[in-house]
Amino acid sequence: MNREDFTILQQDPNLIYFDNSATTLKPKKVLEKITEYYNQYTANAHRGDYDNSLRVDEEYEKVREKVQKLIHNPSTKEIVFTSGATDSLNMVVFGFMRYHLCPGEEVLITKAEHASNVLPWMRLKEETQIEVNYIPLENHQVTIENVKKSITPQTRVISLAHVTNVLGDERPIQEIGKLCKERGIYLVVDGSQSVPHLPIDVQKLGIDFLAFSGHKMLGPTGVGVLYGREDLLEQLVPTRLGGGMNASFDSEGTVDYKSLPSRLEAGTPNIEGVLGMGAAIDYLLDVGLETIHQHEIELKKYAVERLSQIPNLELYNKDIENGMIAFNIQGVFSQDTAVYLNHYHICVRAGNHCAKILKEDLNIKNTCRISFYLYNTKEEIDELVRVLEKSEDIFKVVL
Amino acid sequence: MDPNVRRQILLDHYQNPSHHGLTEDPEYIKINTNNESCIDNLDILYKIKDGVIEDICFDGEACAISTSATSIMIEKLIGKTVEEAKELLKNYEAMINEESYDSEILGELNAYDEIYRQPNRKKCALLPFESLKKVLNQIEK
Repeated sequence: MNREDFTILQQDPNLIYFDNSATTLKPKKVLEKITEYYNQYTANAHRGDYDNSLRVDEEYEKVREKVQKLIHNPSTKEIVFTSGATDSLNMVVFGFMRYHLCPGEEVLITKAEHASNVLPWMRLKEETQIEVNYIPLENHQVTIENVKKSITPQTRVISLAHVTNVLGDERPIQEIGKLCKERGIYLVVDGSQSVPHLPIDVQKLGIDFLAFSGHKMLGPTGVGVLYGREDLLEQLVPTRLGGGMNASFDSEGTVDYKSLPSRLEAGTPNIEGVLGMGAAIDYLLDVGLETIHQHEIELKKYAVERLSQIPNLELYNKDIENGMIAFNIQGVFSQDTAVYLNHYHICVRAGNHCAKILKEDLNIKNTCRISFYLYNTKEEIDELVRVLEKSEDIFKVVL
Repeated sequence: MDPNVRRQILLDHYQNPSHHGLTEDPEYIKINTNNESCIDNLDILYKIKDGVIEDICFDGEACAISTSATSIMIEKLIGKTVEEAKELLKNYEAMINEESYDSEILGELNAYDEIYRQPNRKKCALLPFESLKKVLNQIEK
């Protein structure tokens, strides 16, 4: 649906873009918003007293309200603009958890997490002697029973992707949120693969911190969001210091920070990014996230039905209801498959998808991943199937 | 090189690579290629004594280009001196980067002489040679 809104699809009608978990295409409205800012009211934010600067402030702050509509949190003070989900998660770990966890206290993650939800914790472990442990996966997925079993009196944090980027399984965040609340555990959620694809309500889900990126939801690269419960964000120590975040300072070293959320946005913000992301959110809310979600599920059902009939194809996540398919052609390295598909203008991703420790659990090191979005069609899946059906000549193409 | 001949060389070495399988022998120096690439993960083990490459073996998961290039590189290197290995490395890199090189000393490695047409595969073709560079640096320290 909505293919006419995407210039790249109009300019290159042969392009089949199935790598939406990595980044998405951008609709015209997003690009128009960015050029509007540069052509009509270029100015810095929070600085000047002239019309254009005020306009920037207005437009910039309006985006917080849009994010609020997207994730249903109570206050715009809780929306911090970052450079992306990685930045957001690093802020939670090094600005908050570093000051709230004691040696021996425990963070629970899983082996299916993206690097950005593993490596910051490992660094914190090195620096402060906290423990980082893994919730065991059941058929590669998180179950509420395993979460319950993994929690110990030392558990202070559970940090999980809402939807994983390898298999696309959705975690039972609402149930986990309830458990966390009962036991005073912080719940950190990486929403990179869920916020663009599902309706999200952080209050209903019981999320304390939520990280996501603009470019995975039709927005520009280099911008993202950290949502944090207001009482927690108040305690988050700024990890970056500079202009725009301080109220006053003197030569003695007395510094007064601004209130939330400016305190956590040092330096000139990524204004074009934030405005572009705002346009992307408007676009997504217009189409409707439930509509997008259902469209992806339908595409996957159709694709699985057709791909299952190709004899030498292995599908790893057939039964998971979402818009992601992980597969391999038997006996062919995933990268060779991706290069082969590229020959037919089909973009998929090969590799371990930044979840490098999942292989310990999954027993497959690398996969090809297809990930759908609103503009994908059944006709594109037909073309994929046609190409994969004749994959016996793969080495004629890739070598 | 005729495209069919080229493909056959690569495919033979991919499907039946030479010196495939690792050894526990502590005299071998192990180099893993994972640093150079997120996806190709090969362990290449070198036994070098008195300036001569006595043996090499490898194992792991990688694409057809990297795997075949590793297999051919190993065949070319065993029995060669470190100096000869450096010469091979220099000429191979020159070929991949479209500079002038001596095709005679490259033998079957000439099968990669058109990789430059697929810039995204250059890294794959260079992968085993990155490990060779590392091992040569290590023994010189």
